[in-house]
Amino acid sequence: MKNSIVAAVVAASMGIATAAQAEITVGFITSQSGPGSSIGVLYDRGMKAAIEYASSVGAEKVKLIQLDDGSDPSTATRNARKLVEESKVDLLIGTSTAASTSAMVPIANELKVPMIAISPISVAANEAGDRWAIVMPQPPTLMVKAVVDRMKRDGVKQFAYIGFSDAWGDLVYNGAQKPAEADGLKILTNERYARTDTSVTGQVLKMMAAKPDAVLLGGAATQGALPPLALAERGYKGPLYGTPALLNTDFIRVGGKSVEGVQVSAGPVIVAEQLPDTHFSKKISMDFRAAYQKANGMPTSDGFSAYSFDAWLVFLDAAKRAMATGAKPGTPEFRVALKNAIFSTKDLVGTHAIYNYKPSDSYGVDERSLVMVRLVNGQWKYEP
Amino acid sequence: MNGEIAAILAMDGIASGAIYVLIGLGLVLIFAVTRVIFVPFGDIAAFTALTLASLETGGRPGTVGLVAVLAVLATAVEATALARNRAFDRLPRALLFYLVLPLIPAVAVWFAAGTTLSMPIRIVLSLALVLPIAPLLDRIVFRPIADASVLLLLTVAVALHFALSGLGLMFFGPEGVRTKPLTDAVFDVAGLIVNGQMLLILAASIVFCGLLFLYFEFTIQGKALRATAVNRVGARLVGIRPTSTGTIAYLLASLLAGISGVLIAPVTTIFYDSGFLLGLKAFVGAIIGAMVSYPVTALGAVMVGLLESFTSFWLSAYKEVLVFSLLIPVLLWRSLSFGGSEEEEAEE
Repeated sequence: MKNSIVAAVVAASMGIATAAQAEITVGFITSQSGPGSSIGVLYDRGMKAAIEYASSVGAEKVKLIQLDDGSDPSTATRNARKLVEESKVDLLIGTSTAASTSAMVPIANELKVPMIAISPISVAANEAGDRWAIVMPQPPTLMVKAVVDRMKRDGVKQFAYIGFSDAWGDLVYNGAQKPAEADGLKILTNERYARTDTSVTGQVLKMMAAKPDAVLLGGAATQGALPPLALAERGYKGPLYGTPALLNTDFIRVGGKSVEGVQVSAGPVIVAEQLPDTHFSKKISMDFRAAYQKANGMPTSDGFSAYSFDAWLVFLDAAKRAMATGAKPGTPEFRVALKNAIFSTKDLVGTHAIYNYKPSDSYGVDERSLVMVRLVNGQWKYEP
Repeated sequence: MNGEIAAILAMDGIASGAIYVLIGLGLVLIFAVTRVIFVPFGDIAAFTALTLASLETGGRPGTVGLVAVLAVLATAVEATALARNRAFDRLPRALLFYLVLPLIPAVAVWFAAGTTLSMPIRIVLSLALVLPIAPLLDRIVFRPIADASVLLLLTVAVALHFALSGLGLMFFGPEGVRTKPLTDAVFDVAGLIVNGQMLLILAASIVFCGLLFLYFEFTIQGKALRATAVNRVGARLVGIRPTSTGTIAYLLASLLAGISGVLIAPVTTIFYDSGFLLGLKAFVGAIIGAMVSYPVTALGAVMVGLLESFTSFWLSAYKEVLVFSLLIPVLLWRSLSFGGSEEEEAEE
C-alpha cells in the first residue's frame, strides 16, 4: 500500500496547530494498482492538476491525504474508514471502479462525512433519509439520452441496439427506451454479447435483417469495436452511435476503419480546444489542461482526470461557504456544514458540466454536460 | 431466418467450433494420459494471442518473464528431487530440459523485441515461447501429486488457473489485444462471403486433427501415449515411463493451445483472462466425448460452436446459458448409458 501525502501541504506543523487555525483535510482514494489502475492513475493526475490549479480556500490551505485501494472494494472501505477515523478528514473523494466507489458510500453515511464520488454510481439515501455523497460524472441515462436526441435530429426513425450482456449493456438499453419513446424512435433489436465473445455474427445478422437506420452500441473500450467490425464485414453502411464508454484509444485502434464516423456523447472537456469561446467549459477546460501539463509534465485529452478536477472545484466552492458558517474544520459541525454547502452548490462551472446539487439528488448535471463528438481520422471532432 | 442467414451462421459456428476442437482435443489428450483436467488450457491459448500481439507491436511480451520464472522453479524442483535420490549424474540432462531448452525462445524473443519481424517468424516465436509453459507447470505442480485422485488433480488445476490468470494480469496488463488478420483474402462461394481467416481456422483444425491421428496410429511415441491412457500401471510394466509420456502430452497439448491462440487472435479481442471461457466451452465438447473419444470430442466442439452461433441470432442474451445447459442432457445421457466408470477408479 502506498501512502502518499500529496503536494500543497501547509508548513504549519501539527504541534502548533491551534484550534483557531485548523486546516481542512481531504481524503482521496484512487486505484494506483490492480485492474482499475488504468483509470485510477488518470484520477490521480487530475487531482494533481486540481491542486496545481488551486490549493486553498480563502486564506486556508488544504491538506490532501491520498491512499491507493488496489482496485479492491474492501481495501477502499478500509481506507475510507482509516481516513475518517485516524486522519479526521472533512471530505472523502474516490475512486476509480464503480464497485469500490459504491462500497465507500455506506462509510460516508455511517461516519457522517461528505463524499464526492468520481465514478458513475447510483447513491441511495441512508436510513434517516440523508445523503452524504454526490456523484460527479454524468448519469448513464443522460449519456444515452443525448445520443438518442442526436439520432432524432439526424433523421433516424428506427435503430438497432447491441450491447454487453452485463449491467452496462442494461443501463444503455434501459436508458435509451424512454428518450426513444419521447422522440418517437423505434428500437428494433436488443442484442447482447459478452466481453469474451469471439464473434457477434449472429447478432449482427439479426440487426441487419431488421433494416435499421442506425445502430446504437452499448459496449465499452476494446470489445466495443467487435460489433462495428462485424457490421462492416456484413456490408452495413449506416451511421453508428455510442456512449462515452467508447472514448478509448483501444476502441479506435482495434476498430480501425469500421468505427470511422461513429458519434458518441462526451463531456465537453474531451474536445475543449474545439469548443467555441462562448461555451461554458472552454475557459475552465483550457485552464485544466494547462494545470495538468504543469503538474504531470504531459498533455491530456481524457475525461476521467477532469472528474477529479471538477470534484476539487465543487469542494473548494462548498468549503468556502462552509467556512463562512464559523464551524471549525475537523469537527462534526464542519462536516455537516460542508455537506449542506455541497448539496446547495449552484451553477458551479466545471470542465464537464455546470453543477447544481440539491439535497434530494446525488446527481447534479444536466444536458449541458454532454456534447456530441464524431470520430474523424482517429480523432474526436466536436459536432455542435 | 432464411437460407442465407442460416448458412452464414453455420459457417460462423463451424469456425468457432474449430477453435474449440483444437482446445478440446488438447484437454482430452492431457486427461487421458495424466488424468488431469487441465483447466488453465484456455489461458495458454490466450497467452499465445497476447504474446503474438505484443510481438506485433514491437513490445517485449510478458511471456518471457513467465517462462523464465517457471523454468527456474521447475529446475529447482527437479534438482531437489534428483539430489534427494542422489542421482547427480542426471543433473545435466535436467538442466538442459528444464532450464536451457525453455529459455532458448525466451532469450531469442528478448533480443528480438523492438525489431520488426515478419508474420511467420512472429507466429513461430510465439508458439515456441508458449510451448514450455504446460510441461513446466506439469513438472512443478502435477508430477509431485501424479498418483492423487482425479478430484484432487481437478481442484489443483482450478487453483492453477486462478494463479495463471493472476500472473497473466501481472505480465500482460489489463488491456485487450487483437492482432492483424493472417490473411485478408475474401472468397465468394455461391453468393456467400467467406473470409480467408475462417478458412484458415478450419484448415488448421483439420490438419492438426489429421496429424494427431497419424501420430497416435503410426508412431511408437503415439502408441505409448495411448497405452498410458488405457492403463497407466500396465504401460509402466511394459517399460513406458508415465512421466515422459505426460511431458509429451503436455507439449502436444500446448502446441494445440498455441495454434488456437494464434488463430483466434485476429478474430476477437483477447484479454489476459479470456482463456477460461474458451477452455470451458471446449470442455463442454470434451464432456460430450466423455473425455476419452477424440472424434466425438471434435464433433461435440463443433456442435457447441454451432449452438453458440444460432443462439446468438435468436436469443443473444441467453447464449451462454444455453451453451452450458447443453451439459445437463449430455451428462444425463452419459451417466445413464455408460454407468460403469467406477471400476476404472477402483483400479488405481
